[in-house]
Amino acid sequence: MADAALRVSGLTRRFGGVVAVNDVTLEVAGNAVHAVIGPNGAGKSTLANLLSGDLRPSAGTIVFDGTDISRLPADRRSRMGIGRSYQKTNVFREFTALENCRLAAQSRDPHPFNWFRDALSYRGILEGAERALATVGLKARMAVPAGHLSHGEQRQLEIAMCLATRPRVLILDEPLAGMGTEESAAMVDLLRAIAADHAVLLVEHDMDAVFALARVLTVMVNGVVLDTGDPQKVRANPAVQSAYLGRPEDHA
Amino acid sequence: MREPPNITRVLLLLGLASLALFPLTGSTFYIQLLTKIMIMAIFAMSLDLIVGYTGLVSLGHSAFFGFAGYVLALTAPRYEAVSLWLTLPVSMAATGILALAIGVLVLRTAGIYFIMVTLAFAQMLYYLFHDTKLGGGSDGIYLHARPSLAIGDISLLNLANHAHFYYLVLAFLLAVYFLLRQVLASPFGRVLVGIKANEARVRALGFQVFNYKLGAFVLAGALAGLAGYLAACQFGFVNPEILSWHYSGVVLMMLILGGMGRLYGAVIGAFAFVLVQELFSYQDIFGEYAKRWQLAMGGFIVLVVLLLPRGLADLMERAGRRPESESANG
Amino acid sequence: MEFLIQILNGIQYGLLLFLLASGLTLIFGIMGVINLAHGSFYMVGAYLAYWLARETGSLWLALPIGVVISIAIGVLLESALIRRLYQRDHLYQVLLTFGLILIFEELRSILFGNDVHGVPIPPALNFSIPLTETLSYPVYRLFISGVCLALAAALYFVIQKTRIGMMVRAGNSNREMAQVLGVNIPLLYTLVFAFGVALAAFAGMIAAPVSSVFPGMGNQILIICFVVVVIGGIGSIKGAMVAALLIGIADTLGKVLLPEYSGMAVYLLMAAVLIWRPQGLFQAT
Repeated sequence: MADAALRVSGLTRRFGGVVAVNDVTLEVAGNAVHAVIGPNGAGKSTLANLLSGDLRPSAGTIVFDGTDISRLPADRRSRMGIGRSYQKTNVFREFTALENCRLAAQSRDPHPFNWFRDALSYRGILEGAERALATVGLKARMAVPAGHLSHGEQRQLEIAMCLATRPRVLILDEPLAGMGTEESAAMVDLLRAIAADHAVLLVEHDMDAVFALARVLTVMVNGVVLDTGDPQKVRANPAVQSAYLGRPEDHA
Repeated sequence: MREPPNITRVLLLLGLASLALFPLTGSTFYIQLLTKIMIMAIFAMSLDLIVGYTGLVSLGHSAFFGFAGYVLALTAPRYEAVSLWLTLPVSMAATGILALAIGVLVLRTAGIYFIMVTLAFAQMLYYLFHDTKLGGGSDGIYLHARPSLAIGDISLLNLANHAHFYYLVLAFLLAVYFLLRQVLASPFGRVLVGIKANEARVRALGFQVFNYKLGAFVLAGALAGLAGYLAACQFGFVNPEILSWHYSGVVLMMLILGGMGRLYGAVIGAFAFVLVQELFSYQDIFGEYAKRWQLAMGGFIVLVVLLLPRGLADLMERAGRRPESESANG
Repeated sequence: MEFLIQILNGIQYGLLLFLLASGLTLIFGIMGVINLAHGSFYMVGAYLAYWLARETGSLWLALPIGVVISIAIGVLLESALIRRLYQRDHLYQVLLTFGLILIFEELRSILFGNDVHGVPIPPALNFSIPLTETLSYPVYRLFISGVCLALAAALYFVIQKTRIGMMVRAGNSNREMAQVLGVNIPLLYTLVFAFGVALAAFAGMIAAPVSSVFPGMGNQILIICFVVVVIGGIGSIKGAMVAALLIGIADTLGKVLLPEYSGMAVYLLMAAVLIWRPQGLFQAT
């Protein structure tokens, strides 16, 4: 996968009097994980929404592969290669896991005018969906309605749907939310494998995962970037420790 | 699409067989009644596409139903029969274009706004035909001869014959049912179902949701036009009342009564609704009160919304599943 | 000068529409319920005015009695039926209230028949103010406009400046939060609905002498109300006022200038707004 660069400069988003994201500048590039961490209310999810196009910026720019996408709607950005998974599971509950991914894969190859062929007859799309499910480890559960999957499986499905759209950059909003230890470890392995050939922006709370995966770390507090760069260096920053992380000895 | 349980399928096939054989009984009144119901069933199925499958609650669907009838009335010469081969596609195409024009505007809104603007546009069309000389005003226009269905010099069907018209309508009913089933199984149709389930996610996946909604709206409008064309043929005249929102409300009610989101529900709903309405206005049972059947219909509608929101089809399906699961365990 | 008369008529019609539309937009905005039967309440008001004025001999007596009756109807409807619609899909709200329209129409037919009735203008207001040597304007119509304006001002004051108004606005934007903060949401909803019904009925009552009382009057005006709300923006009283006046004037001028197309003028206006601002002119209060 060619290096994809998502460059954010001076990105700001206001809601009435509240500045949720304040003059944020960062870059997501290369085949690696760029993690964004911070306390609740730091603006991380808002940032994810601004990047995926679910929200419009109040100020600042987002450039993807040299194109300014700041004003483009979410569906355009998706078609350009920006994939997104949601913090609050946002799957199609009545569809099977396979159908969820199949629909996602279909977005790359829509055939909107071919009303006289069954959607399921497009082998290429089906295979893409099955591959995505296999990558996240859900192939065995593909015939189960998404609403009946366990919480952890639904988080996996979120990632699979994102992968099925063949993105070049992935924006993952707390994929480990609500997962137990074993599931988290499996998810971390999965994310590592994905990062081998995609650029990934990872919004997370799980510190073990973050330090295991991230090549670049950004800390946000109250909508502002407190520090960004090499994870170990950022972690050692006293300002970051007092605002969020605590001292390194506190992590066993 | 959810596949109905076996017992439901059997019941539906039985229903279809009865429909096919009914004209042999020879009762003109009932043949005409059933024809009217089948036309409403086509109308209801077209609405199901946008309400039940795409999640767009439209209160203006009768605009397309009525418009097609007016197109026929306006393009048909006074006392000659016209060819169905020519006038039907013209009516449907004109209605489709109307649906495109209205859709482009109303689909910019959603939720409550969408309901209100669809209602308003239907009302606008009502005033267009009611107030101006275009459509013969509040009296409407008479269709003096029904369209003919012929190939060359050979007349295939005599549409003035009630039984022939019945079978033509039945054929269209089946054609529309299978057409919609196919469309819903196509990639386009899968996106529509996704839009109803979670529109934001469909957009986030990269689909241009507006275009899909518009496509569904136009198809639904054209099919409503088919129903309206056939209705105009049956009644022999068109007037502004068929464009009224009262009609839009009635077809929506048929959908809920039968069960939306499964095409056969629309058909069941049309039958059930018209039969209940005939029942309430039947003087032999209700005597004086039969004149007040609208009161009973209003109460019936309120009860259905409160007690049977998923419709008769859902009732049938659940009843159908229980014996099946018992036999699996037993 | 004739033009001035038409403008005054347009404003009067617009203000009446505002009364109706504000009830509708409050019910939408606060409770999220689309109520097709709102026009029927207008009709109920008109028929109440006809009946009570006939029985008591005075419209002035009929008005307060009518308002009390319509509040009672509102409370009854809300507690028996409307409250079952709150969290449900708009589709079911539409259908249930559609069923109510049929019931109201038929009840009206049973109680009052299908003829057109008139309500006499109260003698105290039954004269005209001269505008020029030949033209004059009926004082009763000015009275209608005045009353509507007074009510609009009162409504604005209550919503913007009082505690109840604050609760209404809070319930409008965030129901759960308002409930947690101690606002009695179920009671608030009953009050808002009953108030909406009363507003609609009151509008019907004061309009009855000039518009007469006839079957289907509710449905006619309902759709115009919907257009007012769409143009003005759901939940916005200010929007309802602006849109109602716009429509009142456009409709009246349309009848004078292009009588054949006057019925359509309002919808063309709506189409234009839809192209430009699909969410309406104003945001919720």
